[in-house]
Amino acid sequence: MTVSLAAEHIGQNEPLQILALDGTVVNPEMMPKLSDDELKEVMRRMVFTRVWDQRAISLQRQGRLGFVAPVSGQEATMVGSEFALSKEDFILPSYRDLPQMVWHGLPMYQAFLWSRGHIEGGRIPENVNVLMPQIIIAAQCTQATGVAMGYKLRGEKRVAINYFGDGATSQGDFYEAMNYAGVYNLPVIFFNQNNGYAISLPFAKQTKSENIAVKSVAAGISSARVDGMDVLAVIKATQVARERGIEGKGATLIEALTYRYGPHSMSGDDPTRYRTGEEQTEWEQRDPLIRFRKFMEAKGLWNEQEEEKVIEEAKEHVAEHIKKADETAKMKVTDLIDVMFDTLPPYLEEQKAEYLAKESK
Amino acid sequence: MANLTMIQAINDAMRVELARDPKVLVFGEDVGNNGGVFRATENLQKEFGEDRVFDTPLAESGFGGMAVGLGINGFRPVVEIQFFGFVFETIDALVTQAARMRYRSGGRYTSPIVFRSPFGGGVKTPELHSDSLEGLMIQSPGVKVVIPSNPYDAKGLLISAIRDNDPVIFLEHMKLYRSFRQEVPEGEYTIPLGKANIVKEGSHVTIITYGAMVQTSLKAAEELEKNGVKAEVIDLRTLSPLDMDTILASVKKTNRAIIVQEAQRTGGVAAELIAQITEKAILHLEAPVLRVAPPDTIFPFAQAEDVWLPDTKAVIEGVNNVLEF
Repeated sequence: MTVSLAAEHIGQNEPLQILALDGTVVNPEMMPKLSDDELKEVMRRMVFTRVWDQRAISLQRQGRLGFVAPVSGQEATMVGSEFALSKEDFILPSYRDLPQMVWHGLPMYQAFLWSRGHIEGGRIPENVNVLMPQIIIAAQCTQATGVAMGYKLRGEKRVAINYFGDGATSQGDFYEAMNYAGVYNLPVIFFNQNNGYAISLPFAKQTKSENIAVKSVAAGISSARVDGMDVLAVIKATQVARERGIEGKGATLIEALTYRYGPHSMSGDDPTRYRTGEEQTEWEQRDPLIRFRKFMEAKGLWNEQEEEKVIEEAKEHVAEHIKKADETAKMKVTDLIDVMFDTLPPYLEEQKAEYLAKESK
Repeated sequence: MANLTMIQAINDAMRVELARDPKVLVFGEDVGNNGGVFRATENLQKEFGEDRVFDTPLAESGFGGMAVGLGINGFRPVVEIQFFGFVFETIDALVTQAARMRYRSGGRYTSPIVFRSPFGGGVKTPELHSDSLEGLMIQSPGVKVVIPSNPYDAKGLLISAIRDNDPVIFLEHMKLYRSFRQEVPEGEYTIPLGKANIVKEGSHVTIITYGAMVQTSLKAAEELEKNGVKAEVIDLRTLSPLDMDTILASVKKTNRAIIVQEAQRTGGVAAELIAQITEKAILHLEAPVLRVAPPDTIFPFAQAEDVWLPDTKAVIEGVNNVLEF
């Protein structure tokens, strides 16, 4: 299938790939410009995120975390896309996208508090440009157009990026948002992590479309289709999309082909009902960490000791932040009332007084 | 002072706020060059430019979400939903996103958005243009709901709504858009949200109402006065939060009350008012508080509006029922 339009498209048919499975560079002209330190930081963050995910699953089983949506397998899409952003850019995540939030500056204990269902989880620090994870699938897409329009109106060189899975591309808001971004030529990146399943439903049952990237055609915006297990391809595509945005060339839809090794969420989903072991094994061979590790080792930038150091560091960081989450004061009903409005209306003042009396007993 | 219709007063309120605050943006379907299907935004794009007043694609959810994004990015969107029957397309942006933004971010982000929208019966619109859906909104925590009944209130309340730091649903009754003129001050003035207005003082019974039913109730009160019945008519102006102080003071004075609404009987603001009056003033009541409201059917086919919507006769009958209880 070919797509010929005014908008620019990367890898519509064959997804953009920079690293082969053995870590060799197969597409040198698309190689993102990264220093050795930056490459090491990308590796460090992916390993860290894998460990964090394993710890999160374990903490959830112990009842020390609440809602957890596993991310193992998706490190390249999450770490890579965030790495390509400026800290000035605004992230509108879905419920699975806690890694991007944390790498963008959200303290990890707040991500844990969000998982547990605590108000402090959403109290994003002033200098961190992220929104709370979105539960209503694709609502973040339309909101991203508003954030981006704000940047455009003020003439700021910033983009809004929103993340969503393959299932979200069936939502009306996904189309409406791309269409708005097209009409107003907004600096938005629609970042799709196509992991092949929306809970139990395979991608083939979301749409008869061959892929998600082509859906940009309906809005007349640019697109990129990338190997989402190849962190360099993800970084490149996000960089290109970001440049288009800040240069006034409008929005880009990125489809990154990825896979989640774990269940949809830790709330009772059993992926063996809808996925085969062979499929899992096949995707594990494309593991973003293995592939990038081979590339890094061949360049002499990574070794086992460095990896061990990151693993320890990640475990300590998680432990320290779960402790910090534990130490956060419990919420009271009056805390909830206080954040409903700028000025409390009389009925809430009344209800607050009721609860203040209860809470002071 | 200028002698304005309600639609002109609404237009003037947006003009005042666009001029005063560069963060105010006005958008929706056909609000730009066209000036709105009712001329609510007439000339605003000419005066303030396409960056401030602009048309959107035909997708309510899209512009609702865009408003939420602009809100968290420091702007003050005034969005027009062409007819409130179309709110269902954007109820997620309104009720689950804008309304919850301050709460779910612990105060970090806000949604200072006004959702303007025409509604209301009596003008024989096609399907889903006239439905009174304010009941769905008042049970949504995090939003305010305002319904003006005249040009003066419309301007003052809309300016207050735009300046409010939380989402406000501003519902404009189509039948009131051009049905009468009123003296409206030039420039800025505000009417506080959450304050009812006693539009006619009385001592025998309280009629609590809003929107187009204010005119209907005032006519009924005039008729009743001929028979010596002095009805006090309260125009709620804001349905959420309710001005219970004004309502309870009136009920404690008259000891009898009815609620007149254009929305179907079940649920709705009348039910909430009756619950609160019962909770807070039952010992002052000589009779139950009754509702004058249409039956619980879908909003009528245009040709059946006259037999479906409450009229002066229905209000008089309601008053007589509580007086003769």
